[in-house]
Amino acid sequence: MERNLMKGNEALAEAAIRAGCKCFFGYPITPQTEISAYLSKRFQKEGGIFLQAESEIAAINMVLGAASTGVRAMTSSSSPGISLKSEGISYIAGSDLPCVIINVQRGGPGLGGIQPSQADYWQATKALGHGDFQLLVYAPCSVQEMVDTVTKAFDLADEYRMPAMILADGLLGQMMEPVTFPEKKESFKDKPWAANGHGGKREHNIINSLYLQPDVLENSVKARFERYEDIKAKYAEAEMYLTDDADIIVTAYGATARVAKSAVNMAREQGIKAGLIRPITLWPFPVKEYQKAAETAKLFLCTEMSMGQMIDDVKLAINCSKPVEFYGRTGGVIPKPSEIFEEIKKYNGGAK
Amino acid sequence: MAVVFEKPKSMADVTMHYCPGCTHGIIHRLVCEVIDEMGIEGDTIGICPVGCSVMAYDYFNCDMIEAAHGRAPAVATGVKRTNPDKFVFTYQGDGDLAAIGTAETVHAATRGENIVVIFVNNTTYGMTGGQMAPTTLPGQVTQTTPYGRDPKLAGYPIRVCEMLATLRGTALAQRVAVNTVPRIKEAKKAIRKAFENQRDKKGFSIVEVLSTCPTNWGLSPVDALKRLEDDMIPYYPLGVYKDADAFSEKEGE
Repeated sequence: MERNLMKGNEALAEAAIRAGCKCFFGYPITPQTEISAYLSKRFQKEGGIFLQAESEIAAINMVLGAASTGVRAMTSSSSPGISLKSEGISYIAGSDLPCVIINVQRGGPGLGGIQPSQADYWQATKALGHGDFQLLVYAPCSVQEMVDTVTKAFDLADEYRMPAMILADGLLGQMMEPVTFPEKKESFKDKPWAANGHGGKREHNIINSLYLQPDVLENSVKARFERYEDIKAKYAEAEMYLTDDADIIVTAYGATARVAKSAVNMAREQGIKAGLIRPITLWPFPVKEYQKAAETAKLFLCTEMSMGQMIDDVKLAINCSKPVEFYGRTGGVIPKPSEIFEEIKKYNGGAK
Repeated sequence: MAVVFEKPKSMADVTMHYCPGCTHGIIHRLVCEVIDEMGIEGDTIGICPVGCSVMAYDYFNCDMIEAAHGRAPAVATGVKRTNPDKFVFTYQGDGDLAAIGTAETVHAATRGENIVVIFVNNTTYGMTGGQMAPTTLPGQVTQTTPYGRDPKLAGYPIRVCEMLATLRGTALAQRVAVNTVPRIKEAKKAIRKAFENQRDKKGFSIVEVLSTCPTNWGLSPVDALKRLEDDMIPYYPLGVYKDADAFSEKEGE
């Protein structure tokens, strides 16, 4: 297999092409702009559609239009831009449309900064727009995993007719690593619901999220949540690293998980029984993996590039049966392995 | 017995929710007649707005998509770019197109998106109960301009066709009205031309249709038609503001 040394953002873009993405609508924002630059170059040559929209709001609505006709569509942005897209994401979810949205997170709130951050966890998993709905949320931790999760995100989005997000960060977007790509996908799931012209061969299709009868709206939301239960049962993913005998379970996702893994290795060298749970899907959250670890572990240490957002889901997953401590840096500061190692030492031997 | 008048084939056989005297029904019909005459129902995708025509997806027999408030031109762009040989139209009101969706409207026009925009201007937000619209006339009483629109407080109305006619990507910008039979015929011709422009890939075509809102204007349907004539047309003159091929090399710039 051919291996390429590639920047994370460019790998995300190439992975989308391999996944059969036909169009990309975006708006410039650091630190994800390489995705637009890469796709503008490739799509113009290869017959895909690249369009720089007038705003993030327009870009996500162009995705809604393209996805309505049954083609694989994508947009990407970074934190402040994702906030602008939230209106469209809610409509996409309410219209049962598949698409992929990339968030290469940067520091916030407001304009924040342009350095890596994980402060959009709550937004991605709890509230990406108004109304009752979820997105599939993947949290890759390497350039290769960015490629792998883009492929999965497009497939699952089509399967369940819902939006999927790749929740990356500025570190993953900007770093270079060797990566291999899958073959270009050529055959896709049929989309008989698509609004692409009925050609006189079927009833007209309507893509819509409006239901003025409360009971009809309630039923449509409930049907969506039944599909969510199916996804929860089948597609939650996590990497378990040295967790079987661990007293202290460090948990982190994305770039922070790489730092946390180094800290776990440092602890093991000192004879401290530390392990790592790294969620690969943030929604659905890998609840079973945490529950299993909670049977034997004495304490959980959640580490994030935020003031503590995923920690809520960790506590819920184990029903607060063990202490869950937190260590985080925010605003674009990346924690060092030594900082997390110090925290592990602090909690070694049980709760403080 | 000979049939002399019937519902267009592309118009759904359902009861519409519009108020008595509202001219949305006429405008829907004109769009459907053009779709029928051009034989393009199976190749057409319509985009509905938020506003009184929010449920228009139930009234057209072609494929339909419901957009968020103001975003119809962006949604239409996504549809048209991925389906360049299909016909795409948006159907939008004044608040949708000229307030919350101004950026989407202007940029779809300047890109020369090959779409048709049917812009229904009745100088008010009808669905929410008659608030000030970007096209509300100076002095006009609405729920949110209870003493009449004062330009010193609320600014001036936007003349959309005149504004969009300044953009190179606009192929057609024409204002019509549906308050008399000859004008209804003229409006249909303009809509037909807009769809033909799309077929011929000439660029962005907008037909602004001056319309009535008897309910929120507090007028009878007949008086509402008279207001359109006496108050609206002087401020929003009918006519063709631009008619060109947006991508012809002749128009130097």
